[in-house]
Amino acid sequence: MTGLSIDNLSMRFDLPDGGHVQALQDVSLDLKAGELLSVLGPSGCGKTTLLNIVAGFLAPTGGVMTLNGHQITGPDAERGMVFQQGALFEWMSVRENVGFGPSMKGMPKNDKAEIVDHLLDVVGLQDFKEKAVYELSGGMQQRVALARCLANDPDVILMDEPLGALDALTREKMQSLVLKLWKETGKTIILITHSVEEALLLGERLIVMAPRPGRIHKEYRLPFAELGVNADLREVKKHEDFGPKREEILNMIWDMEEEIMGTKEDAA
Amino acid sequence: MIPLLMYILIFVAAFFIVTKVVRGAGISDYTSLKTVTFGDESAVRPNRAAGIISILTIFLMWGVFTGSTLLPGFLHAPGPFKGDTTFTYTAQADGATDDATVSIVVFPREEPTEAPEVDPGDGFAKNDSVAIAQWRSGLVRVDGNDDIKKSEGAQVIAINGQRIAPGETVSVENGTVTLSDKGTPNFAPTRGWQMEPLYLPAPEEVFTRTLQIASEGFRNFTLLEHLGFSLFRVVLGFLLGALVGIPLGYAMGLSDWFRGWFDPIVEFMRPVPPLALIPLVIIWAGIGEAGKIILLFLAALWIMAIAARSGVSGVKISKVHAAYSLGASKWQIMRHVIVPNSLPEIFTGARVAMGVCWGTVVAAELVAAEQGAGMMIMTASKFQNTDIVIMGIILIGVIGFGIDMLMRWAERILVPWKGKG
Repeated sequence: MTGLSIDNLSMRFDLPDGGHVQALQDVSLDLKAGELLSVLGPSGCGKTTLLNIVAGFLAPTGGVMTLNGHQITGPDAERGMVFQQGALFEWMSVRENVGFGPSMKGMPKNDKAEIVDHLLDVVGLQDFKEKAVYELSGGMQQRVALARCLANDPDVILMDEPLGALDALTREKMQSLVLKLWKETGKTIILITHSVEEALLLGERLIVMAPRPGRIHKEYRLPFAELGVNADLREVKKHEDFGPKREEILNMIWDMEEEIMGTKEDAA
Repeated sequence: MIPLLMYILIFVAAFFIVTKVVRGAGISDYTSLKTVTFGDESAVRPNRAAGIISILTIFLMWGVFTGSTLLPGFLHAPGPFKGDTTFTYTAQADGATDDATVSIVVFPREEPTEAPEVDPGDGFAKNDSVAIAQWRSGLVRVDGNDDIKKSEGAQVIAINGQRIAPGETVSVENGTVTLSDKGTPNFAPTRGWQMEPLYLPAPEEVFTRTLQIASEGFRNFTLLEHLGFSLFRVVLGFLLGALVGIPLGYAMGLSDWFRGWFDPIVEFMRPVPPLALIPLVIIWAGIGEAGKIILLFLAALWIMAIAARSGVSGVKISKVHAAYSLGASKWQIMRHVIVPNSLPEIFTGARVAMGVCWGTVVAAELVAAEQGAGMMIMTASKFQNTDIVIMGIILIGVIGFGIDMLMRWAERILVPWKGKG
């Protein structure tokens, strides 16, 4: 079978004082190839832990994950990751960063150069090819990170708040870019975000996670990503279902946050 | 006290002249409002004019208080008295008193002069003469030629008509007279405000001595050889230290066993000043080249090990994760992520280590060496060649500064990504 399958995943962290934290409990999820899933939830609900387990950086304490039929046991080039920021190699130029994956595989120079050139065209950074990454703006750096991930042609792309550190305008442009890349490449994408709007706009499917223990609280199927592929994202936001959905999810997350804080204050 | 006041005066005067007069009303853009810059060191840029005036002031003060020939005479601080002067003393013996004159010639130390012949005069106290070197003082045995000697009951009771008792001091023209405990006048010519060349030679003397040492050498080695030996020791000791320290630091950053094994050693040795190791190294390896190289190796080793260790531990986990998810193997991550990521830290360590090594080599040479910058100034000081000592200090400072500049330059060229991660 193709796609990513997560079955009864659990993660328990032991604390130095003898206690433990149940970061994830019985998380099950099936993702077909080419699906774009966005994950929302209050802080501490285990979103990033889930992503790190899927990436193979953490070994779960329970459950099984398979990708295209084989079990996931550690990090691999088939699952690329895009981080919030600071994961580019500042000692390499933009070109070298994007070509890092192919270089590690020992791909011939010409093939690599072709891939790098193509991806830099796609993300619009052809003119910055030989620049050092620290000379670029935050938005450009994230374009490099996206291109670097795509250069390896992974089956699944894991995004850990990739646009979280960007300003609103850049963020909107980058959201369009993510949708465009998703449609063009047909990759399976899991996107973690703090922004309800971003989760609605980009997620074909959306799961809201709840904390203590970290679990899937509710799942949605959304039409907005498909709409956004061809339309201006600001138009998509005017869709009649967009506002109500946003309010519903926001309220859900607010309730969870208040539960964590222990007090339920009046909204007024 | 006077030099300090003069220095403060120049500081204040230069400040007002440069900022108010030369630049008109001073800076008037928004930064002029920035009077408090706590936590924002970069907001204060060094004033270039202040820097130049500061250096000139040091040389000016040096010249003023050493009577340098580079400065016109009117700028000199009052010098020590030179020439002829006199004072009179009153001797008392057997109830009678008599006055006599002492003629003194004060001569520069490098031109020894004989005491002049004087007419003995009348009375039982006879006139005396004496020659005293500048900066020095001299006992005037006034009773030596008198008719009634001290041993026969004569005593000096006044200088220039002022009553004086043993232990007291009287000011006279061009100097002071102190009556010793045994009743003999001691004349000290006026010293002025200038430094004695023994303590601080004039700048031009240091300069000519530098040229002389550069052409004639010092203690069987030329100046360049002395400095070259010191530099050679530093470079070799540092390279050996880096060669062992960097792999050790990497091992400590990557393996918990290495970390546990070497942490106590490194953490103990790091705060031990290398200077404290000099005696032990001399016992072990003697005062030859080997001992110095071992000392500098030890000075650089711990610094480089700690720099490499923190460079490795300081790698952001997201960079390692990113490399893993891009398909890199452990070895590839080491080579393409860990090593380049640690280079800035290693360069910082290298800069510190070079500075420490330079200080340590000079100290080691002060203690015992056949050649080297430290040996040069130590030997010179034993012979009171203050000009060579000052020359050595200046050269050591210049070389130390040069090493630091060179390391900074190398850092800019080789690890331009420093601090940009």
